[in-house]
Amino acid sequence: MNAIRTAPAASRLLLSGNEAIARAVWEAGTAVAAAYPGTPATEILETLAFFPDVDTHWAVNEKVSLEVAIGASLAGARGFCAMKHVGLNVAADALMSQTLAGARGGLVIAVADDVGLSSSQNEQDSRFWGRFAHVPILEPADSQEAYDMTKRAFEISERFEVPVLVRLTTRVCHVKALCTVGERQPHAATGFHLDPNRWVLTPATARRRLPKMFERDQALAAYTEECDLTVELPGEDRKVGFVASGPAALAVREAFPDAPLLKLGMSHPLPIGRIRKLAWAVDTLVVVEEIEPIAENEIRAAGIACHGKDALPRSGELAFDIVRPAVRRLLGEETAPADEAAPPAVFPRPPTMCVGCPHLAPYYVLARMRKNVLISGDIGCYTLGAGHPWNALDTTVCMGASMGIALGIEKGKGAADKDKGVVAVIGDSTFLHMGMQGLLDITYNRGNITVLLLDNRAVGMTGGQDHPGTGRDIRGQEAPKIDFAQLVEALGVKKERIHVVNPYELPVLSRTLRQEMAVPEPSVIITNQPCVLIDRFQKMTPFAVEDDQCNGCSSCLRVGCPAILVSRRETSVAPNGKEKVLNFVTIDTAFCTGCNLCVNTCGPGAIVPAATVSKGDRR
Amino acid sequence: MSGTAFKTTDVLVVGIGGQGVLTATEVLAEAAIELGYDVKKTEVAGMAQRGGMVTSHLRFGEKVMAPAIAPGSADVMIAFEAAEALRCSPFLRPGGIAIVNTQEVIPPVVSTGLFKYPDDPVGEMRARGVRLLALDAAGIARTLGDPRLANSAMLGAAAEHLPFGADLLLRMILRRFSTKRPELADINARAFEAGRRAVQEQGLAAAG
Repeated sequence: MNAIRTAPAASRLLLSGNEAIARAVWEAGTAVAAAYPGTPATEILETLAFFPDVDTHWAVNEKVSLEVAIGASLAGARGFCAMKHVGLNVAADALMSQTLAGARGGLVIAVADDVGLSSSQNEQDSRFWGRFAHVPILEPADSQEAYDMTKRAFEISERFEVPVLVRLTTRVCHVKALCTVGERQPHAATGFHLDPNRWVLTPATARRRLPKMFERDQALAAYTEECDLTVELPGEDRKVGFVASGPAALAVREAFPDAPLLKLGMSHPLPIGRIRKLAWAVDTLVVVEEIEPIAENEIRAAGIACHGKDALPRSGELAFDIVRPAVRRLLGEETAPADEAAPPAVFPRPPTMCVGCPHLAPYYVLARMRKNVLISGDIGCYTLGAGHPWNALDTTVCMGASMGIALGIEKGKGAADKDKGVVAVIGDSTFLHMGMQGLLDITYNRGNITVLLLDNRAVGMTGGQDHPGTGRDIRGQEAPKIDFAQLVEALGVKKERIHVVNPYELPVLSRTLRQEMAVPEPSVIITNQPCVLIDRFQKMTPFAVEDDQCNGCSSCLRVGCPAILVSRRETSVAPNGKEKVLNFVTIDTAFCTGCNLCVNTCGPGAIVPAATVSKGDRR
Repeated sequence: MSGTAFKTTDVLVVGIGGQGVLTATEVLAEAAIELGYDVKKTEVAGMAQRGGMVTSHLRFGEKVMAPAIAPGSADVMIAFEAAEALRCSPFLRPGGIAIVNTQEVIPPVVSTGLFKYPDDPVGEMRARGVRLLALDAAGIARTLGDPRLANSAMLGAAAEHLPFGADLLLRMILRRFSTKRPELADINARAFEAGRRAVQEQGLAAAG
């Protein structure tokens, strides 16, 4: 990490796209950068935090991060924010209006699409914002381009007074490639230029800004025709030519090295003139873009015949092994998919919660009362509660949705569900991001919801980042710390309905949850143990199983801790003739955190501190 | 970027989160950079922090375009876990070679009876015609006193089958320790050598 900050100009470094962008943001003289963590964009801000001369923040959500960047731009400084694709939905309100007023200091938004959904709840194409918000879209394909285009984005932003989107995908953010870096060019803030007719958007001022925005569209449409971020890569073979962007363009070049390729660096506005020229020169034009047929539809609308999603998949990555056979089939060079041997059948390794995770206990308890409860969930590690062995999560939509959805379920449930309570499960960071407003709605509208606020003092899923509830800022420095109990009380939950519970004290957690579900008003139960992957977590004495004491009852397996392993399975027949599978277990002592959770579930008392185990299974 | 094909060496490193897959690929990438190659490296890591499958793709050559290795085109696969080796073996090109740690990491979905672990992953790969060299890297590491040494043992086993030369690869490993943990250099060099020897005695001839 240090090398990224200290490497002198002209150094060639192996950088991820995210790291390359961070270096470029710093070199561009950016004053302020903000983000809310989100895969695959998280490391941009994490890396920027190592550069002391950029004021780098974790924002509470993406909307605020964009507003911070806008503010910096209005002050005449360069402002930057980064987010994952769904983050821009949250930030869209700010974007859609600020685009009318435009930018002063360079204003750049890096937005990362999770093509193929490796860690997201949907697969949406951020390039739509180009047309919707009248902003240019730059699309790098690798680290060097991510670096180059980010620097250029600031220049374009200032030249055209427009916010600029740098559209990334997971394969840009997380691929490491060689990148030659440059020098930091300081960029002094030019000062806040008082101009209420521009910066105070009201119907009257906004109406006057509209023609200016349309003029800007025209100027950008002219610029994209000459912009050197888009390049014509030559090819002798004129049977087929390609228009492609991002990592898909690399796949195209590798699969068809002899075909001409217009590689879009600036993909909105589209350089229709350059595309028309290519179309004239080749027999067949194929548009290769991840995810939606945005360029393809615009090219067709311009009266240029082309292929695209008629031959290529509508979702997922357009990698070499996808693009090549699909286009060859389109060209009639390959008739059917190659006959391949069936792939080896190997069990899945689904994501699991961590050993000793503080979220295990709430789901263990919820799973026990499964028949009497509807559970609305949220975005985070705890979404895994929907899976084996808990099956204790009924909905997940978007950040903070557990609150409003719980309220809607409670108000809307019919006779079939009348005896079921409604529980909302949300993490600390997600609650601060967008859950607070929903809880306010619950208290204001007298919802009878029991909220489990799982405070593990980190944004866990993205790697344990800090937030306003952790008491530390992005650089690990002490920061003002919000108190969740006080916060939910301020949001209207009665003091006696708020409980802070150690989740590893299973009986207390279970009792508290049952008690609060019986009370017909909003309650909040806050669990207070840290994520096992952050530095605040402290391991305790690990446990092991007394082999001859384990009776195979399987209760501990319902905790779902990956350190508990089945060593032997047997089928026993009860006196009534019913068969029962017995699972005899061991504990992987090397990984066990000593959280004590499984000990609470063990009838025969077979789980004991590893140091005292008499024989058997220590690994 | 002229209109010619892009010739690369493709190395796939696979295993389970926490086994050191990403570190091993970093070392290989550094060796390729040392030789002046263009390099791209990409990971497909599951959401699990520990226990999930991890595949790391490394491509190097004069110019690398796409970062991910296409199925059927890896020159070398370095697999830290036997079932993951079997799962990813279709990535190998005909004539490619797999370096396989015979260690088996049993996930909860297997131990609780939902799925079965393959009876003999290495045998199944051989039956599928995969050229492979197998070693007990975990055993080597245990013998040398630290499970983390499996990483250096695996790189040692792969050393003769990569275009770097074993000396350069070992130098790249040791460079990582020289600043932070110089006391670990010697034991890692021994693990590297043990891994290398473990496969030297095996022939590839039987493989089809």
